[in-house]
Formats: sequence, C-alpha cells, structure tokens
Amino acid sequence: MTSSVLVHAVAVARLPSFDVHAWRSELLERLTAGLRVVTLYGRRSHEKEGTVIITAVLQGADRSLQVLRTCVDAQLGYHELTTERPALHCFERELHEQTGLRVAAHPWLKPVRFQGQAQAAMNDYPFYRIEGKEVHEVAVGPIHAGVIEPGSFRFMCQGEQVHHLEIQLGYQHRGVEARLLQLPPARLAPLIETIAGDTSVAHTWAYCAAVEQLCARELPLEVEVARAVALELERIAMHLATLSGLAADIGFLQGATSYGRLRTTAINTLMLLCGSRFGRGALRPGGTGMSLSSELLPQVLDNLELLRVDLAIINDCFLSARTVRHRLREVGVLSRERALQLGVVGVVARASGVACDARDGVSQGAYQVQPVALCTAAEGDCFARAQVRIAEMDASLGWLSIMLARHPGFARSRPPLPALAPGQLVVSIVEGFRGEVVHCLETGASDTLVHYKVQDPSLRNWMGLALAVRGNEISDFPICNKSFDLSYCGHDL
Amino acid sequence: MSLAVALNLAVLVVLPFVLTGVINRVKSLWSGRKGPPIFQLAYDVRRLLRKTSVYSSTTTPIFRLAPLALFVCSLASALISPLAGVPPLLSFSFDFVWLAYLWGLGRMALLLAALDTGSSFEGMGAAREATFATLLEPALFLVSGSLCAFTRSHSLHAAFALHPHDGASLLAWAAALVALFIVVQVEAARMPVDDPTTHLELTMIHEVMVLDHSGVELAAIQVASAVKLLVGTSLISSLLNPWSQQAPLLAAAASVGGSLLIAVVVGTVESLIARLKMRAVPQYIVVALGSGVLALLATAWSSGGVP
Repeated sequence: MTSSVLVHAVAVARLPSFDVHAWRSELLERLTAGLRVVTLYGRRSHEKEGTVIITAVLQGADRSLQVLRTCVDAQLGYHELTTERPALHCFERELHEQTGLRVAAHPWLKPVRFQGQAQAAMNDYPFYRIEGKEVHEVAVGPIHAGVIEPGSFRFMCQGEQVHHLEIQLGYQHRGVEARLLQLPPARLAPLIETIAGDTSVAHTWAYCAAVEQLCARELPLEVEVARAVALELERIAMHLATLSGLAADIGFLQGATSYGRLRTTAINTLMLLCGSRFGRGALRPGGTGMSLSSELLPQVLDNLELLRVDLAIINDCFLSARTVRHRLREVGVLSRERALQLGVVGVVARASGVACDARDGVSQGAYQVQPVALCTAAEGDCFARAQVRIAEMDASLGWLSIMLARHPGFARSRPPLPALAPGQLVVSIVEGFRGEVVHCLETGASDTLVHYKVQDPSLRNWMGLALAVRGNEISDFPICNKSFDLSYCGHDL
Repeated sequence: MSLAVALNLAVLVVLPFVLTGVINRVKSLWSGRKGPPIFQLAYDVRRLLRKTSVYSSTTTPIFRLAPLALFVCSLASALISPLAGVPPLLSFSFDFVWLAYLWGLGRMALLLAALDTGSSFEGMGAAREATFATLLEPALFLVSGSLCAFTRSHSLHAAFALHPHDGASLLAWAAALVALFIVVQVEAARMPVDDPTTHLELTMIHEVMVLDHSGVELAAIQVASAVKLLVGTSLISSLLNPWSQQAPLLAAAASVGGSLLIAVVVGTVESLIARLKMRAVPQYIVVALGSGVLALLATAWSSGGVP
C-alpha cells in the first residue's frame, strides 16, 4: 500500500483470542512496556447475546499498531484500568455508556456524551463537589456568550483561584456512529465531513484510507499529494483561527485581526482546489475531488506567498510582544508527566514536550517523500501551545511550496471501488490540526460494516484542559480553553 | 444663559458619545478596518430606549433603581467638572470630595444591583470592581489634594487648572497626569485593565456586572459610563490646557481638543498591547497610587514641609 497515513488491517478471525483476564493483564503489560494506547472501544456482540467485544489498539515506539481483543459478558464486566492508567479514563466511560458493560470500581463512570435515554437526565447528573466556607461554584454554559458550540463547565473556586473544573459535554450528540452503519460503506464521505466541520479533511482522509485498505486499492502518489495539500491547508487555516481567537481573548488587537484576515486567504485557497472553503468534497474513497490546473497554480502560489510574507510579520509581532508573553506564559500549564499520563495528543501533547505526530516517520506516501518538521515545545503553557501552532504553520507552508513545485498539478479522479473484504478490522490514523484522528472500521461476513468507531483528538484532550486549569485564576480559563481549542461536536459525535 | 453654561451643556450632551466613538474608531484604524460611526453609542442608546426591559425573577427593586442612581451620580459629577475649559456649571469648596464620593455612590449602586441578581458571574465582577476601586480612590484624593495645595484653591475647576511654574509643581503636574490617565482607564473599563469588547464573562470586570440589565436601564448605564469617561478626560485636558485663562471659546476648543486627544491615546494603547492578567491589575493601579504620593511629596517640597 502507498497510503501516506498510518493504516493497519487485520483479519478478525486471525486475532488472538484472549479471555477478559488475560486481555486485561496483557494490555497492562504492554502499556507498562511503553506502548501507547491509541483507542479502546467496544460493541455489543451480534453472535453471542449479552456479551461485549472490546478492542484495544496500541502503538509501539516504531509506530506499528497492535490490536488486542476480548469478548466479555456485559453483566460480569471487568475491573477498571483507569486508576492505574488514567489515559484510559475516557475510553472506559465511553465503553460503559455505549455498551452497558460493567466496569467495576471505576472512580467516575459519568456518561461521556449522554446518548440515548441518558439525555433526559443530563441536567440532574452530579458534578464533583468541594465543601468549604470559601468555596464557590461558577457554572458556565452550556449556552455561551459567543457563537460557539455548547458545553457545560463547572468551576470549584476559592476566590479567583480554580480548584477543580469539570467539563460536561454531549449537547451536540447526533448519533453519528449509528448512522454510519445505515448507509453504503463507500458513500459515507459527505457524512464523515460533518463529524467535525473544522476537521473535515482529516476525518475524511481517515475514512478513505480505511475503505481503500478494505478494497485493497492502491492510489497514485499524485492523489496522496493532493490529499496532503488539503490537510495542510486545513491545518494552516485552523491554526490561524485559533491564534486569532487567542489574540482576541487577551485583547491583542493586531494579532486578532491579522490572523483572522489571513485565515480567509487560507480557506479561500482550499476553495480554489475543491470548491469548498472547508474542504468538503476534497476527498472521496479511491480518489480526490480536487483539481489543480496550470491556470489555477499561480493563484494558489500567490496566496501561499501572501501567507508566508504576512505571517512572518504578524508572528514576530505576536511572539515578541511583552504583554502577550506576560499574559500567556505560565498560564494553563500541562506538564510532560501529566500529558503522558492522560495520553493527550496533537498540538497539546507536542507543546508539553511529547513528540507525537502521525505524519512523522511514515514509511510511504506524501510525507515520506517530503517529511514535515515535527514541532514541539517544552513548557506546556498557553504560550507554548501558541508557539507550536505558529511553528507548524511555517512547517506546513514550507512543505506546501516544495510539494507544489514538484507536483504542480493534479486532477479530479473517482474510480469505482470493488467490494469491501469481509471479516476485516482496519484502523487508520491521520494527524488533523488538533491531533490524531482515529477511525476503526470492521466488516462482517458480507461486505457491510458491523462497526464504525470514530475518535476525534478532542475526546482525549478535554481532560488535559480540565487539569491544566487547576490552580489558575478563573479569569484565565478562556485563554486556556482557546489555546487547547478542542471540538465539541467531534467529541459528542 | 451665559456662554459658559451653554458651552458646558453642549459638551456634556455631545462629547460622551463622541469620545466613545473616537476610541472605537482609533482601534478600528489600527486594525485596518473602517470602524463603526462616531455616534454609534447614541444610536445604541436610542435603540435601547425603545426596548422594554427584562427582569430576572430573583431581583428586587434595587436592581431597577441602581442604573438610575448611577446615571444621576455620573451626571452630578459632570456638573462640577471643568468639561469645557470654562468654569463648570457648579463649583464650591472641596467639590473634589463630592466627585470621588459621587463615583463611589454610583459604583456601590451598581455593585448592589450585580449582587442582587444572584449570578456567580456578577458576584465575581462586583468583587473585582470593589477591590480595584478601593485602590483607585486614594489616588484620586491624593492628586486632587496636592493640586489644591499648589493652586491654593478648594475646587476642582481651580485645582485642575494648575500650570507648572517650578520644579515641584512640574513634578506634581506630571504625577497627576499619570495618575489620572490610569483613573480614566479603570473607571471607563478600558484596556489594559478591562476589555470592553470581550464576550468572555469570566474575564470581565465592569461589563459582567451589567449583563442582566436591558432596555432603558442598560442605556442609562452606558450613558453614565460615557459621561464618566468625559469627566476623567476633561480633568486631564484641563491640566494640559494652556489657554484655560483665555477667551471662553478658545479655552473650550482647547479643552475639547484635549479630551479627543486623550481618547485617541486611550484607543492607541488599547490597540497596541494585550490586556493585563487579573492578578497584575492591582499592581497597575498602584502606579496611580504611587503617582498620587509623588504629587503629595512635591507639595511638601514646594511648601518646605508637610503642607
């Protein structure tokens, strides 16, 4: 395969079968050996009533993926792993919510997104409480002052200082995963693009890569490059949006307006290529909806040059302003230990000194012929996250100019796909602008899907935000929130 | 109606709206945009006056009375201020005490109204406003007192017409300018202390206290804030005005020009720097307090001992 993204396929029948105790100890053993958990999810078994099939995907230091699977009685369940491995907390909560599986002794089995019947009880669900005379609670949301997505934030404060923040999400739950199983597997792209509207390219690429793997379809490098161009343009546009928002939140007018203006240039460039400013229709299984003709090329290159020149000026203005530094340094610190413990991904992890990027070290495709620089920072504060975003935009712009010089054109292509291979499990990982987007597809006996698991990086990073805010002033929360810039609908599905 | 009264009234009616408009326009120009009309605040007020007010069921009559109290206090403080570089509408001995406590009274009304809503946001805003005001009030007194000592007068109008003539008075004059500029920034809820354009409740100071107000009450609060901004800028403008003893029209023109200039400076500061951390705001206000102390020391220097 020539996929530029990490894709791993296994035949379900050939997976080693563990009983739940062996699975649990095997999982812990591999995590202790230094493997990283990519995802852990479950589904109710169709074959055996009352049982749940749990799948854990792990990644080794060499970037290879491993799958550990078990089948467990829903009533008996298993003993929780969150206390030992906090990185699993969101997965175990989701597992319990989606399958009803008993996760014994779990410290806080609150639903992740209140799907189905639980939605009615959303307002009654308990928040953590802290008792004390000087403790006061501040509830923010779920309806916010800005035109943003809904999410409920409950702060436990002592004066201006935040002791604890609990984030309750799920207001955007639409039943995406269930809906994905109701449509023909090769025609899901328009739905996938709406999982998180600002990450449509990354999600669609993860879907396309998985489907192409299931069809054993090889793609020419030209198509891979076109997809990577869209992904990098999306990254630049969304980093610009985040930085513009961050500058606005600290009242730094020049940054807010300049980054905001440049974002329009970035998304307009994407529109030149695929007809949509948000990358809708840019990718389709087996091909691409983008075309770059020789007439269009100068326009695209001009836009990139404008971005390069103007970004250099405003980046310097933003990074060298003492008031900006004063405002963002040592605010919302997520230490490297915490980041590793929680398993946060993407920009947040890299700003805390964890070098993880799904584009790094791929053995084939667009990022292999021209690697993108891995950008990290050590401090883990709001300033570090802004720095990483700025460095990544520069890296992406550099990559785009090199690749567009080598591949100055690509054409729309949508070849028909063969049927999906039955009995396969495919995991694909794409580095979106927030972090790794993970899609897991499983085909049944025929060529239909029996399970589609979508994982946005936000699912893992929200807890990072909650912990980064601890001990900070409550007035600094909006800045922390913006520097993480997580998705609500990507989390809520 | 004498010329002075007419000038004062004209400035009082027009300039509060213009100053706010100028600040916003300056910010827009710095960020490469056209910006709203100069009289946008007036249009907003007209719109708000036509709307009905909405009251939360947890509030009491305090909530309805507070905006009125704030409005009256602001207007009353404008009566004793040298708005147009000519003698103000009202002037009497030690009227600067009146100014400080009119502002204090208006603030207290707003704090009570904020607490009256029972909202955690407004409670936080009220706590912040009260903390910062506590630091600001002594600065205002120290400056006013020192200027009175230098000009051997007891009224705002006379005291703030100080023209430096020796080292000590120059020091007091400069210290007063610094302190007053910070007073204006804090009282008018401008950057780097407060961000009047933010939508983030958790970071607000002044704006969060008026979140629940609507209609006529909100209009009253907005006008009161604009009038306070005018009073603050007119005090600075009065210190800067070289023609305050000249013909009324010339003095008035210089005074209005000075106020507009200060609005431009406020807008420019707001455009070029980020907002301070909440924790650092008291330190910034202490600069005003320090300047007030400096003005007091200059008085002692000039009179050869404690005045």
